[in-house]
Amino acid sequence: MKLTVNGTPHEVSVEEDMPLLWVLRDELGVTGVKYGCGVAQCGACTVTLNGEAVRSCQVPAADLEGAEVTTIEGLGTPDNLHIVQQAWEKHQVAQCGYCQSGQIMQAAAFLSQNPNPTDADIDDAMSGNLCRCGTYPRIREAVKDAASMLQGA
Amino acid sequence: MSRFGKIARRSFLIGSAAVVGGVAFGVYKAKTPFPNPNLDDLAPGSASFNPWVIIDSDKITLIAPHADKGQGIFSAQAAMIAEELDVALDDVEISFGVPDRAYYNTAAMDAMAGYPMYDNSPAAERMRGVLGGVIKLVMPMMATGGSSAIPDSYDKLREAGAIARETLKLAASQNTGVPVDQLKTEGGAVLFPDGSAVKYTELAELASTIDPVTDVTLRDPKEWKILGKPMKRADMVAKSTGTLQYGIDFRTEGMLHATVKMNPRQGGALNSYDASAAENMRGVKKILPVQNGVAVVADNTWRAIQAANTITFDWGPAPYPAEQDDHWHTLAGAFSEEFLNADARTVGDAGAAEGTSVIGEYRSPYLAHAPLEPLNATVLVTDDRVDIWTGHQIQTMLEQRVADITGHDVENVHLHNMFMGGSFGHRLEFGFVDQAAEIANQIRGTPVQLTYSREEDFAHDYPRHITMGRGVAKVKDGKVNALDVQIAGQSVMKSQMGRIGMSLPGPDAQLHEGAWDAPYFNLLNLRVRSYAVENLAPVSSWRAVGAGPNVFIYETLLDEAIHAAGADPLMERIRLMGHEPSVKVLEAVGDMCNWAGADLGNGRGRGVAYGFSFGVPVATIVEVVNTDDAIKLEKVWVAGDVGKVIDPVNLDNLAKGGTVFGLGHAMNCEITYSDGMAEQANYYDFEAMRLNQCPEIEFRALENGEKIRGFGEPPIPPSAPALGNAIFAATGKRIREMPFNKHIDFV
Repeated sequence: MKLTVNGTPHEVSVEEDMPLLWVLRDELGVTGVKYGCGVAQCGACTVTLNGEAVRSCQVPAADLEGAEVTTIEGLGTPDNLHIVQQAWEKHQVAQCGYCQSGQIMQAAAFLSQNPNPTDADIDDAMSGNLCRCGTYPRIREAVKDAASMLQGA
Repeated sequence: MSRFGKIARRSFLIGSAAVVGGVAFGVYKAKTPFPNPNLDDLAPGSASFNPWVIIDSDKITLIAPHADKGQGIFSAQAAMIAEELDVALDDVEISFGVPDRAYYNTAAMDAMAGYPMYDNSPAAERMRGVLGGVIKLVMPMMATGGSSAIPDSYDKLREAGAIARETLKLAASQNTGVPVDQLKTEGGAVLFPDGSAVKYTELAELASTIDPVTDVTLRDPKEWKILGKPMKRADMVAKSTGTLQYGIDFRTEGMLHATVKMNPRQGGALNSYDASAAENMRGVKKILPVQNGVAVVADNTWRAIQAANTITFDWGPAPYPAEQDDHWHTLAGAFSEEFLNADARTVGDAGAAEGTSVIGEYRSPYLAHAPLEPLNATVLVTDDRVDIWTGHQIQTMLEQRVADITGHDVENVHLHNMFMGGSFGHRLEFGFVDQAAEIANQIRGTPVQLTYSREEDFAHDYPRHITMGRGVAKVKDGKVNALDVQIAGQSVMKSQMGRIGMSLPGPDAQLHEGAWDAPYFNLLNLRVRSYAVENLAPVSSWRAVGAGPNVFIYETLLDEAIHAAGADPLMERIRLMGHEPSVKVLEAVGDMCNWAGADLGNGRGRGVAYGFSFGVPVATIVEVVNTDDAIKLEKVWVAGDVGKVIDPVNLDNLAKGGTVFGLGHAMNCEITYSDGMAEQANYYDFEAMRLNQCPEIEFRALENGEKIRGFGEPPIPPSAPALGNAIFAATGKRIREMPFNKHIDFV
């Protein structure tokens, strides 16, 4: 099937039930998206699919025809950080960093839909993304800061 | 941002023209007799003054050999070198370098000298020196663990930077005739009195021809420009943009993907299997035997996992009790002379001491490490050499194990250590690398990446050891008069060392760590004994190791005693505490929260706990409120003393993250066995903490300790008892078993 990843069109020929996660990582070599649990419990594989945040381990290839996928690599680059990534860098959020691609994708999608969130909104939106290192206090600060930066932008 | 460098190892022959620029170096002052591994393949015109600094005509490379599991040591090591070298971190390349005995850990053994880490007496220091010398001769091991990377690096790396700086100045002096004492350094350049400057990179070729200066003086911390100030971690932008390559992200031409299935009854036999369904599945290339299991090699990780799931197995029984209850029964029966591990501490006579008795029994369960990056390793075996791409905490030993598997000389086995997506002790184990090597050795010439499924990772996690504590406290005249703490556990060190063919000489100190050395010197009567069993589930070091369960036992019993005495939990701990830096962390945490007692009324309570581990005193206060639904964690205050702060920002992150880690597991997690298998298979039944349960956390760093210490583990131990003690203050319910959610609900 044909899909677009970070603006680049691709054509892949895989099983209908191969999850998007593995299409990205092992067929297309897009490794910013991470495998953590395979069962939508950790959020490390979060990407946006047609603008919505999804757990890519739960999206079968059969649903990808014509899809527009954005991964962390398509959100911003080291030389041109997205506002959410700027906030992550400013607050020095990451420890091991393995969950952070998913955290950032989740936060970016959430803030695009709810640019002025309450603390409770943030807790609701971000609690599906597991961080084993416990960077939650900094994730909260960074999301709030990104929200205010987006308001000012 | 700084760049991530790669050092190609031994790609040139020693003695060839290629290393002319490098071979002339003499002895350098670092406290190691081992040759500088950078000289093995140094390009012409490059200078390497010691194992940690390489300068050539275009760049400065700092070697940061300690493994980075997320604790930030990659960046911190470079900062320690840069501070003395006078370079900005943005202007250098940082590399993990190549595994070599020159990077052996000189601090890891400090905890094993038989003296408490607060004891800096001449006798204790002498024993540490002897032990360090023995290790250097017998087994110079490159290892990252035990919160030792900062103390191991602190002097060595600053000295490495200073040696390089002074040698570059000498080169500049020789070139110009300007005396060395008139030269200054700044921004990666030597400055002359007339205001002109020459870059280090321009001096590299000349510097490579002179012996490194050996007599250097380290700067007073008051002069520091980088250390002690808020830093930006070198890996932060890469980790925020998906551009950092973890082991699992390694890709190379022709690489295949593999997964394994092993007996979920850990260590049990594989009797037979039927892989006929897997063989014909799309993308499957090979089905290969590995030690005690089967590997599926495919062209895609998902295809390998799908195929592996179709294999049927006949597994042998577990070599340990099949049911969890029997694990607890085993420990309950171990409080006797037969199982005595150590009479770890006796002060006064806790048995005969007067007072009203307070009695408790405490349980700390098995816990999986479960870092978010599943275990993985990529290996390429050819007839000439072996290359390994993975993240590991014991680098040199890993190369030797792989050499033993593939039959290569260890000199031809090359580990390229990678950033790790967490470890918590998981990547001290070797099994996954052994298997990757076994697979790759059967298909030489083809690189293979072995990835565990999350379920396989849980099933084969060697968890935190299970522990039971029994305590008797005596209270008299409103004070705690005696503690008798007895701890029985599955020996973590014997289990872990046994898997690498080593025996543990003497008792397993982890079974009383954090209890025998809690510096409550004003406690008049104390006995700490530990008992060891070895026939339970195989276990491994889990972040903070023995101090995790032991501080929970000790500080919960102490809290019960203080309550029975009618004393204040913070004030009585301060009264009992005789170790000055520890008194100060208790006072600090009280000051931070405006301490006014444990019971705040209206279902609101605060719990205090103190933990001493890896030489670091930490005090934690947790505030909870008993809402209509359940217990809610409101706020946490943490104070810790690491002697000297390297990066206050990263330290703050470690303090808060470690506290979340300690609290989350205490609340929500256990591994239990049924039919010989771990019952928890994925994060849905091992959640630890998620963001919605995370309280606000405030941290204060103190610098009263005599020695610099690492902080990766010390925040963990006091967090669990502080929460349990807070729940008691809020509800009157005393919880003596983790996870707490077996006994009380959390919001």
